[in-house]
Amino acid sequence: MNLRGTWTLFKRETHRFLKVNMQTVAAPALTAILYLIVFRYAMGDRQVPGMEVDYFTFLIPGLAMMTMLQNAFANTSSSIIIGKVMNVHIYLLMAPLSAIEMVVAFLAAAVLRAVIVATVFLLVLTPFVDLSIHHFGLILVYGLCGSIIMGGMGLIGGMWSENFDSMSMVSNFIILPLTFLSGVFYSIKQLPPLWQQVSHFNPFFYLIDGFRHGFLGVGDSDPFLSVGIVAGFALATVLTCWYLWRIGWRLKE
Amino acid sequence: MTPTALSVNQLHKAYSNGKEALKGVSLSVPEGSFFALLGPNGAGKSTLINIMADTVVPTSGSIEFLGHDMFSERLWCKANIGVVPQEVAFDPFFTPREVLSMVCGLYGQKPDMKWINELLEHLELAEYADKNTRQLSGGMRRRLLVAQALVHRPPLVVLDEPTAGVDVKLRRRLWDYMRELNTSGTTILLTTHYLEEAEELCDHVAIIDRGSVITSSGMEKLLHEVAGSYLWLRYRDGWELGRADAEALSEFNPRMHEGKLCLTLNRMDLQQSTFHHAYESTVQRLGPPLDAGVCEEDLEDVFLRLTHEDTT
Ligand SMILES: Nc1ncnc2c1ncn2[C@@H]1O[C@H](COP(=O)(O)OP(=O)(O)OP(=O)(O)O)[C@@H](O)[C@H]1O
Ligand SMILES: [Mg+2]
Repeated sequence: MNLRGTWTLFKRETHRFLKVNMQTVAAPALTAILYLIVFRYAMGDRQVPGMEVDYFTFLIPGLAMMTMLQNAFANTSSSIIIGKVMNVHIYLLMAPLSAIEMVVAFLAAAVLRAVIVATVFLLVLTPFVDLSIHHFGLILVYGLCGSIIMGGMGLIGGMWSENFDSMSMVSNFIILPLTFLSGVFYSIKQLPPLWQQVSHFNPFFYLIDGFRHGFLGVGDSDPFLSVGIVAGFALATVLTCWYLWRIGWRLKE
Repeated sequence: MTPTALSVNQLHKAYSNGKEALKGVSLSVPEGSFFALLGPNGAGKSTLINIMADTVVPTSGSIEFLGHDMFSERLWCKANIGVVPQEVAFDPFFTPREVLSMVCGLYGQKPDMKWINELLEHLELAEYADKNTRQLSGGMRRRLLVAQALVHRPPLVVLDEPTAGVDVKLRRRLWDYMRELNTSGTTILLTTHYLEEAEELCDHVAIIDRGSVITSSGMEKLLHEVAGSYLWLRYRDGWELGRADAEALSEFNPRMHEGKLCLTLNRMDLQQSTFHHAYESTVQRLGPPLDAGVCEEDLEDVFLRLTHEDTT
């Protein structure tokens, strides 16, 4: 076990986003304020059908989770793709770290960034919204699993991509639609039955729904049942990353 | 017999585009040696080194490193090798000092600031230690790469053209420093296109060409046994060797080099008579030269002859 090596890689990966803290702290704060202006004042006190909450309160946890997911993804994917494009990934390949140590370090940094960003986002909004915490455990589990899944997806996406172009294709054509169609902006009960069914195959739906349940105490699925799905998905992602790193998928010649 | 640090066995590599870069390379690098891996561009040197660095996956074959199988005990081997890759690249977020302590950490070691400063000093980077790596010139970057490969004090250091792009003075010092490291027990394997320096400083040499080892031995031994002497004859300016004449003198492997006609005399059977025979045959056919002499082949001549023979 190369614990110091793992820790060093983790520090390197956090260093990267902490050095550019405009992106990690200021950007989510600004986004929060924009959401506040646009949704709070445009939607007024409208209620979400079938739930006893107003639309803005409904929106906040989902947006926080979406921000988390996007940041976790961005942290790993940008690191890998920059490494590949600039040819510095070879120093990681040369280092005496096992695949699992690599994956753990990358994912831990992604999770940390996701947590920091979501916290900033929520802290900015707390004065303006009546956000109680219904079940902290749910928030924690879903937040963690979500960041791990997306950090892992970022790793895989980064390994798959040849350049920044193909990387942004993954983010824009796969990740963005999945997060947008996951029920951040609506309750799936508002959808036609067919799309309600389809939504159940979107892993992001469970992530957003469960996370929101942790705050609001209401949701579209049973959050304690969905924990299984989400945790299973997180585990599968980690195992996939581990395997791909082990064989040096698209990293080694 | 000194023990072997690195023993490469029947290593093959075919890249995904079908290019066979290594066609069964076998080599053995003695412990404590200063080993030059030579070959023309595209010979497969970097491929071999990158396989050791684990950035290229071999098609087949094996490598044994200090008694450990490199492919099944990867982590142990990686921790004990320092590789300087041919291509220079750095994380733009860090300074040389940060790069070195980070690499140290990745290798599982607590950054030893004294050693890091010593490296920066030896590689003449102290002045730039705390500046961003983007501000370094090409030669400085390559020196930083060398420092990076040494920072975890590996018993084997593998350098892929460490002196390319480094100016004469610093190249000299870099060689001196490697010599010093070697004297203190580190095994060094390097590639270079500066054959004179290799001849002077390295004690073992292997020449590879198009994926195969042509020769591999101690430097002395190579120069003693493989290197021959050659007879050179100079005719008037612009004189060229005709095809028929080349045929007639073919037993001496005649070739033009720097405007002189060169004829190989094997050292094995080098006696007065061989020399006379070569000289007489040539004069008989081409007439007396303006000037003539005998030279011993140096590493560069051997290199050219061996890699040249291969093409024809
Ligand atoms: N990634 C790759 N994909 C396909 N072919 C490659 C790749 N890398 C190298 N080659 C080919 O493999 C052969 C050996 O290349 P290699 O880089 O090992 O040569 P080298 O001996 O290091 O040459 P140089 O002195 O120019 O550095 C060359 O013919 C090269 O074109
Ligand atoms: Mg090369």
